[in-house]
Amino acid sequence: MRTLLFLLQKEFKQIFRDKGILRVIFMMPAMQLLILPWAADYEIKNIRLAVVDHDHSVYAQNLINKITASGYFQLDKYTGYYNDALHEIEDDDADIILEIPTSFEKDFVKEQSTNLFIAVNAINGVKAGLGAGYLQTILSDYNQDIRLKWVQMPKFNNSPNINVTYSNWFNPLMNYKYFMVPGILVILLTMVGSFLASLNIVKEKEIGTIEQINVTPIKKYHFILGKLIPFWVLGLIILTIGLTIARLAYGISPAGSLLTIYVFAAVYLLAVLGLGLLLSTYCATQQQAMLISFFMMMIFVLLSGLYTPIDSMPEWAQWITRFNPVSYFIEVMRMVVLKGSSLSDVRNNIFIVLGFAVVLNTWAVFSYRKRA
Amino acid sequence: MKQFISFVRKEFYHIWRDKRTMFILLVMPIMQIIIFGFALTNEVKNAKIAILDQSHDAATASLLSEISASKYFDLEANLYTQSQIDETFKSGKAKMVIVLPANFQSDLQHTNSVQIQLIADASDPNTATTLINYASSVIRDYQLRLTAEQKIPYIINTQVRMLYNPQLKGAYSFVPGVMAMVLMLVCTMMTAITIVREKEMGTMEVMLVSPMQPLKIVTAKAVPYLLLSIVNIISILLLSVYVLDVPIEGSLLLLMAESILFTLTCLSFGLFISAVTDSQQTAMFISLTGMFLPTVMLSGFMFPVENMPLPLRIISHAVPARWFYQIVRSVMIKGLDISGVWKETVILIGMTIFLLGLAIKKFKIRLA
Repeated sequence: MRTLLFLLQKEFKQIFRDKGILRVIFMMPAMQLLILPWAADYEIKNIRLAVVDHDHSVYAQNLINKITASGYFQLDKYTGYYNDALHEIEDDDADIILEIPTSFEKDFVKEQSTNLFIAVNAINGVKAGLGAGYLQTILSDYNQDIRLKWVQMPKFNNSPNINVTYSNWFNPLMNYKYFMVPGILVILLTMVGSFLASLNIVKEKEIGTIEQINVTPIKKYHFILGKLIPFWVLGLIILTIGLTIARLAYGISPAGSLLTIYVFAAVYLLAVLGLGLLLSTYCATQQQAMLISFFMMMIFVLLSGLYTPIDSMPEWAQWITRFNPVSYFIEVMRMVVLKGSSLSDVRNNIFIVLGFAVVLNTWAVFSYRKRA
Repeated sequence: MKQFISFVRKEFYHIWRDKRTMFILLVMPIMQIIIFGFALTNEVKNAKIAILDQSHDAATASLLSEISASKYFDLEANLYTQSQIDETFKSGKAKMVIVLPANFQSDLQHTNSVQIQLIADASDPNTATTLINYASSVIRDYQLRLTAEQKIPYIINTQVRMLYNPQLKGAYSFVPGVMAMVLMLVCTMMTAITIVREKEMGTMEVMLVSPMQPLKIVTAKAVPYLLLSIVNIISILLLSVYVLDVPIEGSLLLLMAESILFTLTCLSFGLFISAVTDSQQTAMFISLTGMFLPTVMLSGFMFPVENMPLPLRIISHAVPARWFYQIVRSVMIKGLDISGVWKETVILIGMTIFLLGLAIKKFKIRLA
C-alpha cells in the first residue's frame, strides 16, 4: 500500500510539472467542446438555389417566392440559361437548379399538367436527397394551393383520408447540439484515457527510466495501478469540466441523474485506461504508440455511432461496434443526458464495459514484463 | 548529392525497420476507405420501431404489414399502453412509436377520416426527421391504394436529376476527404515527430555537425514520407475506382500533381512544427490540434461548412485541406480541368511557400 502511495505521488508530480501536458489535459477538452459542436451541424438549411426561368410568368414568379419564403432555400442566381446555372454548381456556388420550362403556365392552365426540372449537385448524397425532398414538398404544397383555386373541393371527404401527426420527444426543437455535445464529451474522455496513459509509459521506456522502476521491488500490479489511478482521476475531472461547459455554453443539463453518468464514466475510464496500458506494453517508441492509438481511436470514433447511426451499418460493422467501448458510452451518455434514463436502463452497458475493463487490465498486467 | 541520397537511405531504414509503424501507415488509408465506403452512411435503415395499436383490426393489420415490409423499419415491440412509450424510448428499444387509434377500420370506412400519431425519439434529430418522413410516405402509399385511382386535375410533375452522383453514394464526398486526412497524417505528423525525435534523442546534434547542409538534412527526412504518401494516394485511388466504383472524371495527371502539391504543403507544415517544438508529445499535440482536427472539422468533408457560424467559416479558409478537398472534388468527380481549380491551386502554392519560409526562418542549426 505504501509503495503504491509513493508511486502515485511520483506520477502526480510528473503530470503537474509538465505544463505542456497540463495544458493539453485541460485546454483541449474546453476548446473542443466550445468549437466542435458548432461545426458538427448536419441540419440542412440555407440550400443555395439557382433558378433557370424560361417562362417569366406570374405562376413562375409566385413559385419562386414561395420557395425562398420557406427559409430552407436562398436564391443564388436567377437566369434564363441552364449553362449559367450549371456553372454556379461547378463553382460550388449553388446546390440545386430549378428549371422552369417555357410553357409552364400555359400547360398548367390548358393541359392541366405541367413540368418542372430539378437538378441537384449530388456529390454529398445526404444533402442532395434532403434538399430535393424539401423542394418537392414545397412544390407539391404550391401545386395543392393553386389546384384549390381552380377546383371546388367537395365539402365532405368522399375518399378515405389518413391524417398523420407527429411529435418529437426529448428534443422538440431538434437542436443538433444536444445530440453532439454528449458524444463529443465521450470522445474527449477516451482520448485522454488511452493517449495519455499509453504515451506516459512509453515515454519512460524511451527515456530508460522504466529500467530504474524494474529493478525496484515494486510489483507489476503496483506499477500498473500507479499509472492507472492518476489518469482515472484526471478523466473524472475532465468529465466534470466537460459537463460544466455543456451546462454553461449550451444549456444542456442531464435529464437523468449525474450519479448514473459518473458511475458509468468511472467504469468506462478503467476500460479505456486498460486499453492504453495494453498498447504501451506492446510499443517501444512514442511515435509508434501514438500512431497505433491514433489508428484505433479513428476506428473507434467512426464506428461509435457518434456521427452516423449504428443501425444503418452493415452486419460486419455492427459486430465491430459491439467490441467498441466508445459506442456503449455514447449510447449511455445520450440516453441519460437527453432522455433521463436511469441506472437500471443502462445496466447492460455497464456490465459489458466492466467486462472490457477486467479483460483489458488483466491482459495488460500479464503482458507487462519487468525485463527490457 | 551522394551524401543526400545516403541520408535519405538512412531515413528509409528508420521507417523500414519499424514494421508496426510502416504497416499502419500503409494499411490506415485502406481501412479508412473501407470503413467510410461501407460502414458509414447517414441513410436510415433497419430502424427499430414500436407499435401501439389500439384497434387490432383488419385495416391496422394490413397497414402494419406494409410498414414492417419496408426495409427502413424493424418492428421491435408491440406496446399496450401510452405509458410504455416513455419506457421504450428510455431503454433505447425503439426510435419511433406509431400510435394507431381505436376503431381505426370503422372510422376509416364510415367517417373517411382517421388520425395516426408518429412519436419519434428526437435525441438524434436527423434520424427522427428521416424516420417520420419515411413512415409518412409509407402511410401515404397505403392511403393512395385505398383511394383507388381517382383522377386528380392540375398536376405539376417534377423531374429530379442528381448530377455527378446519380446513386447518391456517400463515397463521392468522402474519398477526397480521406485523401486529405491521410496525407496530413503521414506528412505533417510523422515528419514533425521524426525530426523532433532526433532532437530529443540527441542524434540531431550528430547530424548537424556532419558536413551536410542543415537544410538538406531536414529535406532528406521529408523525402521518404513524400514517397510514402504517393504510395498512399495511389492505393486510395485504386480502391475508390475498383472497390467503391467512384470514377475519376478529370485528368489523372492533374489529380496526381495537385495531390503532390498538397503533400508538399503538409510537409512544410510538419517541418515548421518540428522547428518550433522540442518534445515529441508537444509536436504530436500541435499537429493533432493544429492540423488534424481542423482538417476533419473545417474542410467540409465531415460537416457542411456553410452551416457553421461565421467565425468558423472564416477560419476554414486558412485550412489547406479545405482547398485540397475542393480541388479533388472538382477534378475527380466533376471532371473539371485546371481552369476550374486554378484559384485553389494558387492558394495552396501560396500556403506552401509561406509555411516553408516560416520553417526555414525558424530552423536553428544549433541546439539549445
